[in-house]
Amino acid sequence: MLQAFFIILQRDLILAIRHRAELMNPVLFFVLVVVLFPLGIGAEATILERIAPAIIWIAALLSALLSLDRIFRTDMEDGSLEQMLISAQPMSLLILAKIIAHWLITGLPVVIVGPLLALFLGLSIEGIETLFITLLLGTPILSAIGSVGVALTVGLRRGGVILSLLVLPLYVPVLIFASQAVDAAASGFPPVAAIAMLSALLLLSLSLTPWAASAALKMSVS
Amino acid sequence: MIMRFIYQLGSPPYFYALSGRLLPWLSGICLILFATGLYGGLVLAPADYQQGDSFRIIYIHVPAAWMSMFVYMVMAFSGAMALIWRIKIAEIILINSAHIGAVFTFLALVTGSIWGKPMWGTWWVWDARLTSELLLLFLYLGVLALYSAIDDKRKAARAVAILALVGVVNIPIIHYSVEWWSTLHQGPTITKFDKPSIDTRMLIPLLLMAVAHKFLYAIVVLLRARNDLLWRERRSQWVATLFKDGS
Repeated sequence: MLQAFFIILQRDLILAIRHRAELMNPVLFFVLVVVLFPLGIGAEATILERIAPAIIWIAALLSALLSLDRIFRTDMEDGSLEQMLISAQPMSLLILAKIIAHWLITGLPVVIVGPLLALFLGLSIEGIETLFITLLLGTPILSAIGSVGVALTVGLRRGGVILSLLVLPLYVPVLIFASQAVDAAASGFPPVAAIAMLSALLLLSLSLTPWAASAALKMSVS
Repeated sequence: MIMRFIYQLGSPPYFYALSGRLLPWLSGICLILFATGLYGGLVLAPADYQQGDSFRIIYIHVPAAWMSMFVYMVMAFSGAMALIWRIKIAEIILINSAHIGAVFTFLALVTGSIWGKPMWGTWWVWDARLTSELLLLFLYLGVLALYSAIDDKRKAARAVAILALVGVVNIPIIHYSVEWWSTLHQGPTITKFDKPSIDTRMLIPLLLMAVAHKFLYAIVVLLRARNDLLWRERRSQWVATLFKDGS
């Protein structure tokens, strides 16, 4: 059972590494969105510093949304998803592996690049440290919740718009707690409460969403 | 006993007959409740000492806001029934509730806005309750969009049922996160008028209106479900016999 988990994880990572151009897309998109904000708002350091956590986090939400489709879409198209569904392994475990693989491919680069971009936006060091922690805790939640949305829409020809409508309202708590934590840290308050809430959300979503996603996939494939 | 009732209710002809017999009663009670509630609220209740007569919009606004939550709960419940027992009626109730719930949510937002303009001096504030109501509207719209995107309607109903259950887990989380977000920001000081023991002459019409809205929802959902059911079962024997004798 655990072996199947690692095989799926390894397989998804190998598939991603072999499509190197695609691998770069989400993080490039993330950087571009962040760069657009100073251009739109103006380069006043005080404003940028104030809204830096929100900019970084909204860009992270959008880049996660953009890359969500690949969790199941290609597997659906080449039929390997059906093979997973009829295999003797518990589907929720395989989905957990796919969520983790998706996070390693698309979430982890954002976790690394995000604090760097925050430096350019003038966020203080305390703020950047907290931003790194919230990204580390928060981006896996995006992949986990997103997996349910993708599982529901993967059978549709134009699932993209509906996917954003399904998933973005569910991302709201992550956005709120994460930018709350960074705001608190940047203005000298302890961010512990919001970080604890984020950790709780992470555990909750990792333990519950694979079940919902597997039920949704069984519906989508049938 | 209860299971037998559920199984019976799950049979389309039985549901159709039962709802047909219930509807006149529901409509009568609903009409009486609306008449007394509106009369009590618009005529008998005294004007508020601060807000004057414009407080009277709560007789639509508050019941609509309550209904927006209630209908989502009904959706999640019938979604669970649809997933576990594969009851066709539950699927139909689920999706038709989504339409009505979205309308109630929209109504609550619009009436709140209309009330907010003279009271707060603005159409919209990013208050916790307003924002979570807006997010609830998006959840409803997501359900409707997903349902209309899937061609096979039985499959669509199962997808929507899963989504409704995911949503119902998330609603408290969203609600409290938004609440927390708004209390940590400095809030406008006059957004939430504290209700210091509301006058009974104001309260009784409000409760009447709340119950009236529940009946209205029940009537509309039954009417829509009956139509939907006839359309889905249009090739089956019981629909054919139903329309052959008499109607």
